[in-house]
Amino acid sequence: MNIHEYQAKQLLAKYDVLLARGGVAFTPEEAEKVAAELGGTGWAVKAQILAGDRGRAGGVKLVRSTADVRETAAAMLGTTLTTPQTGADGERVTRVYVEEACDIARELYLGMAVDRITSRVTLMSSTEGGTDIEEVAAARPETVRKLAIDPDEGLSRAQARAVAAAVGLEGAQADAAERIMIGMYAAFVDYDASLVEVNPMVVTRAGDVVALDAKISIDDNALFRHKEIEDLRDAEEQGKLERARHGFNYLKLPGNIGCMVNGAALAMATMDIIKLCGGEPANFLDVPPVASREEIAAAFRLVLSDADVKVVLVNVIGGGITRCDAVAEGMGAAYQALGRKVPLVVRFEGTNRDLGKKTLRDMGVVFTPADSLQEAAEKAVAAA
Amino acid sequence: MAILIDSDTKVICQGITGAQGSFHCERAIAYGTRLVAGVTPGKGGGKHLYLPVFDRVDQAVEATGAEASVIYVPPARAADAMLEAITAKIPLVVCITEGIPVLDMVRVRRALEGSQTRLIGPNTPGVITPDGCKIGIMPGLIHRRGCIGIVSRSGTLTYEVVTQTSAAGLGQSTVVGIGGDPVHGMGYIDCLELFLADAETKGIVLVGEIGGTEEEQAAEFLASAGSDKPVVGYIAGITAPAGRRMGHAGAIIAGGTGAAEEKLEAFRRAGVHIPPSPAAIASTMAKALAN
Repeated sequence: MNIHEYQAKQLLAKYDVLLARGGVAFTPEEAEKVAAELGGTGWAVKAQILAGDRGRAGGVKLVRSTADVRETAAAMLGTTLTTPQTGADGERVTRVYVEEACDIARELYLGMAVDRITSRVTLMSSTEGGTDIEEVAAARPETVRKLAIDPDEGLSRAQARAVAAAVGLEGAQADAAERIMIGMYAAFVDYDASLVEVNPMVVTRAGDVVALDAKISIDDNALFRHKEIEDLRDAEEQGKLERARHGFNYLKLPGNIGCMVNGAALAMATMDIIKLCGGEPANFLDVPPVASREEIAAAFRLVLSDADVKVVLVNVIGGGITRCDAVAEGMGAAYQALGRKVPLVVRFEGTNRDLGKKTLRDMGVVFTPADSLQEAAEKAVAAA
Repeated sequence: MAILIDSDTKVICQGITGAQGSFHCERAIAYGTRLVAGVTPGKGGGKHLYLPVFDRVDQAVEATGAEASVIYVPPARAADAMLEAITAKIPLVVCITEGIPVLDMVRVRRALEGSQTRLIGPNTPGVITPDGCKIGIMPGLIHRRGCIGIVSRSGTLTYEVVTQTSAAGLGQSTVVGIGGDPVHGMGYIDCLELFLADAETKGIVLVGEIGGTEEEQAAEFLASAGSDKPVVGYIAGITAPAGRRMGHAGAIIAGGTGAAEEKLEAFRRAGVHIPPSPAAIASTMAKALAN
């Protein structure tokens, strides 16, 4: 689960991480009020979306008057930002963060994530902070230092100090950077994060070291022990969650072949073969093994609710607690209740394969059976 | 021969009295797996599925000489179950549980360092040597004992590859699901090493998917291993649209984007055979074996 910049900063503040002062606003008037309360002569208005690279998409603006803060917020709120990290649909801006402007001398990078290869939380640091960090890291990997943190030992002050020195910080600036790193790691562990990123960590012209932007993602598998994080989820995220709670990982795609598959990788492979056979999938849908008959019926209705769908390909391999006959019962119930009938290609394999097909026939479902993935894809493409 | 497990392997189950544990242990026993005991804290001294139940793993190991443990324990307690099995020095632990927090797995991986235990999973269908031993939730009936080693990080897509190799008359020596979680036990390379050294395994299918860089690493390993055994590599998600992501750290840490094309390119460089479609995995292997 991703949380907003301002929420990430609220978490990091608990760990003594040095931040620029700011506040969140849901309306242009609130934004102006926040700016007035902060005082000063310059403010950053930052669109709050759950993805990065906002700057490149116009999601961060520097302004010099509280009236401009209001107008900038008015222009941002309600728009959709599409950045290299949002995916094609973009992210709608429902709130902005207004922060005191910062006179930047240097931009540094700090990031923490679990390295799949070493299985350790790893601190990455670079003198090349900013949104170009990925390109810089790809072109000149030596500019990014990686420190794998032993889970039994944690991140020591000495290690953090060495990292600070490596990015060219000394004295009080090194102290501040050390506090930021120690705080980041403590937050990472305490909140079961999958990402804690401070990019950039800036050195101001006055010589202060500040975490100017912050991103935190929390491991979805660990939310059961962090109810307070789950409460941060906003309404749009909630909508996505409702769909997830219903048990489906569903994604609408531009084609006309509806797909209902059990397992994410098999669903991707099914989409791949449809394309190879000259067809276009209308959706990605992964039906999880725990789905009840009612949920399978709901999944089937969901696929058919897309008016573009000309044919539905069902590819289910029974295993675990998934039985083809149980899937068939759910499909049959939905099929009988539906007004719209589209051609149906069914490939069942694994547990209770034949019973599944018999169940469909007994329930009066008209379908074209397929005995292999290849046959299923060819028949579906032919019918589309 | 096969790898990791065979008909002699003695297996215990942690979480045997739970719904999942009961359901799958019954099927494993019916398949012929030598399940010798179960472990559920607080239920020691009883019987379940006609098997003795112990409070602790070390008691079960001492009483039965078990060499493998399968874990069906809910996510919040699964890491502790794995740590207990590692402490009891069980050679093979297979954790089926899905949804374990990543930092719990970081702790488990730390405990595995220098231990005598190999871990498969979590979030895996498990491991099977057909007609010998089934540890996990895969449907036994689609498997045929044969000469293809399969290593995969998906669930049902693995069953697809099994179905294809069975239908093609090749069969499987052992099928290992390494699990879909970012931090897990044995990886592709660990399994490839075993398959390359196994006389019964004539060819290897590596089933991957978009995300992470484990497939790239496996390709590098294969290139340096210089074996004659044909390897077929499939990546699911070639046509998947790019999704939302957060921050830069994920991409920087991996040194790659996890895109299908990067993985396929790594396979090509390593001489891995790439099937033209997910339906052509077994036929690609048959062709490679014939050459």
